[in-house]
Amino acid sequence: MPFNPKERELDMQNSIESEDPKSESGRRKFLKKGLVLTGAALAGTAKADPPPPWMTRPGAPLSNYGQPSPHERAVIRWVAANTDAPGNGISWTPLERLEGIVTPSGLHFERHHNGVPQIDPAFHRLTVHGLVGKALSFGIDELLRYPMASRLCFIECGGNSNACWHQEPMQAPAGNIHGLASCSEWTGVPLATVLDECGLQPNAKWLIAEGADAAAMNVSIPLDKALGDALLALYQNGERLRPENGYPLRLILPGWEGVTNVKWLHRLQLAEQPAMARNETAKYTELLPSGQARQFSFVMEAKSLITRPSGGQTLPGPGLHQISGLAWSGRGAIRQVEVSTDGGKTWRDAALDAPVLPKCFTRFRLPWRWDGSPAVLKSRATDETGYTQPERQTLIAERGRQGYFHYNAIVAWAVAAEGSVSHVYA
Amino acid sequence: MSMRDLTLALLLTVANAPAQAAPEGPRLGQPLEPAAISAQDITVFPDGTGLPPGQGTAAEGKAVYDAKCAACHGPNGAGGSAEELAGGKNALTSAEPDKTIGTYWPYASTVFDFIRRSMPLDAPRSLSNGEAYAVTAYLLHANGIIGERDPINASTLPKIRMPNAAGFVWAYPERQPR
Ligand code: HEC
Repeated sequence: MPFNPKERELDMQNSIESEDPKSESGRRKFLKKGLVLTGAALAGTAKADPPPPWMTRPGAPLSNYGQPSPHERAVIRWVAANTDAPGNGISWTPLERLEGIVTPSGLHFERHHNGVPQIDPAFHRLTVHGLVGKALSFGIDELLRYPMASRLCFIECGGNSNACWHQEPMQAPAGNIHGLASCSEWTGVPLATVLDECGLQPNAKWLIAEGADAAAMNVSIPLDKALGDALLALYQNGERLRPENGYPLRLILPGWEGVTNVKWLHRLQLAEQPAMARNETAKYTELLPSGQARQFSFVMEAKSLITRPSGGQTLPGPGLHQISGLAWSGRGAIRQVEVSTDGGKTWRDAALDAPVLPKCFTRFRLPWRWDGSPAVLKSRATDETGYTQPERQTLIAERGRQGYFHYNAIVAWAVAAEGSVSHVYA
Repeated sequence: MSMRDLTLALLLTVANAPAQAAPEGPRLGQPLEPAAISAQDITVFPDGTGLPPGQGTAAEGKAVYDAKCAACHGPNGAGGSAEELAGGKNALTSAEPDKTIGTYWPYASTVFDFIRRSMPLDAPRSLSNGEAYAVTAYLLHANGIIGERDPINASTLPKIRMPNAAGFVWAYPERQPR
């Protein structure tokens, strides 16, 4: 299985919360407590606080490439890889620790079938062949001279949130359950421009896209999507793609499941039929209770998620809090996000932060005055087609529990009287 | 532009016109010789298009499997750290369905295609065509689909009807009723 739950154990790569003062992070926590004490002691004295040390000596020198503050070292992707093959696995975006709608490139989720290839762009070409007028090959330097377009859009793995098919709600931070979704600004050449240059034979109906990784990962894409909003991305969030996001060339299919956004793209083959590749038959298909399976279920349907407060967090006390979360739909723009603080009995409209873009993360917010009694928080998104995110029991009634992919049901977080937040099915 | 290109370009406008006209590019694509294409084209279609010369049987494939696959996939295609490839017993309608090559995969061509492009995980693209055919035959035999001595090659592989061939419904382009 691509995301075997037995591989989701905490491993050394992810253990950043150690209290052991001998460990690096334990020492940081220890020091932090020490600092708090000093601060309190100082506050008790009549003397005015001395300026903090960072105001009494020059700061660090300039740097060629900036890094996050060392105090943010806990904001990392959660890695779960195959023990026999460290390049075969996934890493989740820590959604609950981020704000706004753009995922920092270094925190974009990963799913690699056989590792991250270290590609020299001078030796990487895109070949377009099959049912074309003329087969052509394009170097990266050549593609960089083509007219480009930018768009902000999310990419969500078809297997995101799959732990929610389980009988019991998994207790983990929101990102470790739903963080196979990230959002970036992608810039590149419209695929239609390149296909136009090659010319298409009239019986061309599908496009088989293949990556230059050790899995030669490939999938089949219907031609209308390829001629629509598909992008040959060279840039992510303003800089060239990161290796783990497909450097030097990635296919971006806005709104479609992650696996179709082929990384390290090197070959596009026009064909009359899909290839029926392993990742569109054995995997990324959803088994239904009837025993039949949905195939080519490309579009990621509307979904939303409260990221703050969310599972594993603790509310410091009653009073005014802001509920903050993300909504997105592979079919277009988010029209409305409703939030319930009573487990779905009553709903209120959340405010949507601008910009509200099609096939893009949308940030929603709602002020909430918590009275200190147990509460169940939910959010539900409606997209521009009028489709509303379903309750979990509705999704399961329709799809059963063996579909594995395309879980988009309403997420519920329970807030206990003492402020702790846990994942519930409600 | 040759006459053929012109005809194709005209057909393109009629048959596959983009929704909005694509921005015009500087046309820097370099023509490719057929040999350069076939060197990289490893796609195998369900009708057998793309299958290379060579052949193998399950009996021959056992040695390949034991040497190069069993460490991860288990002795007979089951019980390893990686995916179960054979031995599926639970029906697809059961509470814990087995999704193996024999119970789930709709096309035999996919088995050859995937093994040739991606496996073995620690040395992809290292199998000869004969080895890839033989280990494909081994897995089809382990799933009770072919006999131990049946030769698997470019003409026999596409004729195999997989048990779950009719098990898939396309979700694209229609939205599923809810
Ligand atoms: C180093 C461990 C390893 C070795 C050796 C290996 N595999 Fe795999 N195999 C895997 C892993 C891991 C996957 C899942 C890959 C993924 O996540 O995409 C896999 C997937 C597969 C699949 C797809 C299974 C499915 O249900 O989707 C087939 C078929 C397969 N391997 C066949 C083989 C064959 C044949 C060999 C020997 C020639 C082989 N493997 C050698 C680890 C291995």
